[in-house]
Amino acid sequence: MTVPASASAVPAPAGSAQHNDSPAALKQKLRRAERVRKLRAMGLIAPLFFFLLITFVVPILDMMRRSVHDTELSTVWPTVTAAMDSWKDRGNVPDEAVFAALAKDLRAAGETKTLAVAARRLNYAVDNGRSLVFGTARRLPVDATNWKETLIGIEPRWGQVATWNAINQASGPLTTFYLLAALDREKLADGSIVKAPEQSSIYVDILERTFTVSLSVTLLCLVLGFPVAYLLATLPAKHANILMILVLLPFWTSLLVRTAAWVVLLQEQGLVNELLLALGIIEKPIRMIYNRIGVYIAMTHILLPFMILPLYSVMKGIKPHFMRAATSLGATPTEAFVRVYLPMTLPGIGAGALLTFILALGYYITPALVGGAADQMISFFIAFYTSDTVNWGMASALGAVLLVATLVLYSLYNRLVGISNMRLG
Amino acid sequence: MGKADRMSAIATSGAQQPTASAASDTIVSFRGVQKTYDGESLVVKNLNLEIRRGEFLTMLGPSGSGKTTSLMMLAGFEVPTHGEILFDGQSLRNTPPHKRNIGMVFQNYALFPHMTVEENVAFPLSVRRVPKHEQKDLARKALAMVKLEGKESRHPGQLSGGQQQRVALARALVFQPKLVLMDEPLGALDKQLREHMQIEIKHIHERLGVTIVYVTHDQSEALTMSDRIAVFNDGIIQQLDSPTGLYETPQNSFVAHFIGENNILNGEVTAVDGAFCKVRLNGGHEVTARAINIKGVGSRTSLSFRPEKVHIEGISADHPNQLPARVEETIYHGDHVRVRMTVAGSEGFTVKMRFRASRPIPVPGEEMAVAFAAEDCLALDPV
Repeated sequence: MTVPASASAVPAPAGSAQHNDSPAALKQKLRRAERVRKLRAMGLIAPLFFFLLITFVVPILDMMRRSVHDTELSTVWPTVTAAMDSWKDRGNVPDEAVFAALAKDLRAAGETKTLAVAARRLNYAVDNGRSLVFGTARRLPVDATNWKETLIGIEPRWGQVATWNAINQASGPLTTFYLLAALDREKLADGSIVKAPEQSSIYVDILERTFTVSLSVTLLCLVLGFPVAYLLATLPAKHANILMILVLLPFWTSLLVRTAAWVVLLQEQGLVNELLLALGIIEKPIRMIYNRIGVYIAMTHILLPFMILPLYSVMKGIKPHFMRAATSLGATPTEAFVRVYLPMTLPGIGAGALLTFILALGYYITPALVGGAADQMISFFIAFYTSDTVNWGMASALGAVLLVATLVLYSLYNRLVGISNMRLG
Repeated sequence: MGKADRMSAIATSGAQQPTASAASDTIVSFRGVQKTYDGESLVVKNLNLEIRRGEFLTMLGPSGSGKTTSLMMLAGFEVPTHGEILFDGQSLRNTPPHKRNIGMVFQNYALFPHMTVEENVAFPLSVRRVPKHEQKDLARKALAMVKLEGKESRHPGQLSGGQQQRVALARALVFQPKLVLMDEPLGALDKQLREHMQIEIKHIHERLGVTIVYVTHDQSEALTMSDRIAVFNDGIIQQLDSPTGLYETPQNSFVAHFIGENNILNGEVTAVDGAFCKVRLNGGHEVTARAINIKGVGSRTSLSFRPEKVHIEGISADHPNQLPARVEETIYHGDHVRVRMTVAGSEGFTVKMRFRASRPIPVPGEEMAVAFAAEDCLALDPV
């Protein structure tokens, strides 16, 4: 009995000393004690933080910047882009000083061999802009008294307001040109925004197509994945494990391999067609690849695990006694399923659908390999502008539109279902 | 199976009285019901049980004794491997659970988390296509009965465990089933709330006159609430009796041990005289006991004593049933003192002694005598 008594006597003075501290001093002590912990925690996440910053946040911000930042033309044609400020009467072409500046820049760019940059940039906004630039540069006289007449004489298009509007909008440093183009819109010289001409209006269609394909694939995944997830959640562990491996096996296989496999299976002399022919279900091979059907089949197959896993995780948490309670209260099995089980799986359906849908929105390889020209989604065009035509402004603008559309949908979903209700695997 | 037959015979004999008086008083009867999951061992062995209309019957037993399986067979979630269950004289063999019209309260309440309290309670009415306004009326009445007015629009997650249990109760009663099953409904509540709910369920039962079959492993809960208790062990009803019957005259050592506190002394029957018998203990002492479950002279037996029925003071020297004892330990409990002692050479014998300040508490090591009336010493099957 003496030991605990003496032990309790020792900390007593220390305790009373703490009680004498003022609240401010106590808070400071707490802060000091917490600071070390906080620093250690921050030190631990620092590598990941910097990794994400460099590989994720910075590129996205840079992409957003590129979609509105436009200095290509002003770099190679500094004089004329600077002179555009003096163009006040937007109803008519600019005056002589601007034409002189253009001539100066054309010559300078010709000498430094940067004419191609200007030609490419103008080509985005002006039909045959490339020939306009190179044609004028080739026939540019050494000197002229009236550059306005001379240039219009060489190329009548210099006399059109639309050409100068394009140069004005490309003078930078900021532009709405790419973002508007990504939405099939263009800005006229007077500043009004109108629908782009029919032949260059493709992006809204592509965006619609991207959403249609993604939505269809999401629904297909839900319809196919729901029973599988239910089976997984209700089977005894031994069988459920085997089934789970079957679900995960394709998940672990390379995307490219799986897509290529579908090409082999679905082509006109492929396994599926031959089987259907042999069974007498069809008389001649049906086209299942390089069209929308192929895209749906391959994408659904690849995205199915992303639907099944969240559904499974939610269903696993629904104890059988809920269904038992429902039936004991008089509900038929169907009624119990619809009124009790299904609503309880909603967080899983929400998570799976959102995951599948957002992944589908950005799909590139699969539609590119198994789809036809009319089945390409927005990422195909982003890739096209990034690597084929090196029009990064347009690529960034399309990317920004896709990002914004996804975020809008996400927040809509958050409003309707609530992200906190969502359960991922 | 010898033991099993004997035990089920006891169970049937207990249940025979009501059957004989009026057959229509029986609401449920289990007839030779067996259940096995793996085809090797029987979880329920030959269950014969008649449940009377309007009674509160508790199935009591340790886990794995077959009590929950029996309840699940009655609810329709398990199918008997053999035998038959009759409900109101009709076989339940081909009736799916949703057509049985039996209310059920689950251990974890099983309230539907996506519905409000009122929607939960109205659920059995809405699947029965009761008109909407009647649903509302009945649900509110049921909620008032369990004292949950004003909580109609809450979700189950916003209620405390006790309140959730009340909702589950209201939901199981709202469609006026003739029979309500309860599977350890109070298991998740703390002690105080549990005792409170026990009284409340008992009162609801008295008010509504509904038949309740209650499953629990808590013997004090069973004693508090039940009209009759069926004690399960090893898939067999060990005894079916009223709470007092079970406590005062347990039919075998398992029941004596499972219900209340119990002391055991082992010995051998030396003589049988009507309802009483002489038993020679392992230490050589001889006592008189009630012959309840013995096989005759020369057989082994276990004597069962309730701690409060053994005296350690004021014993006259010529008391016929007294044994030498040594105090090992005393524990003060406020209203009484527990004295742990070695009696006739056997350790761990507990005696409850009323505490009075004027009386000294025995000291460990003290040699004394314990005495008991022959009626309070039960000769049961050997353990």
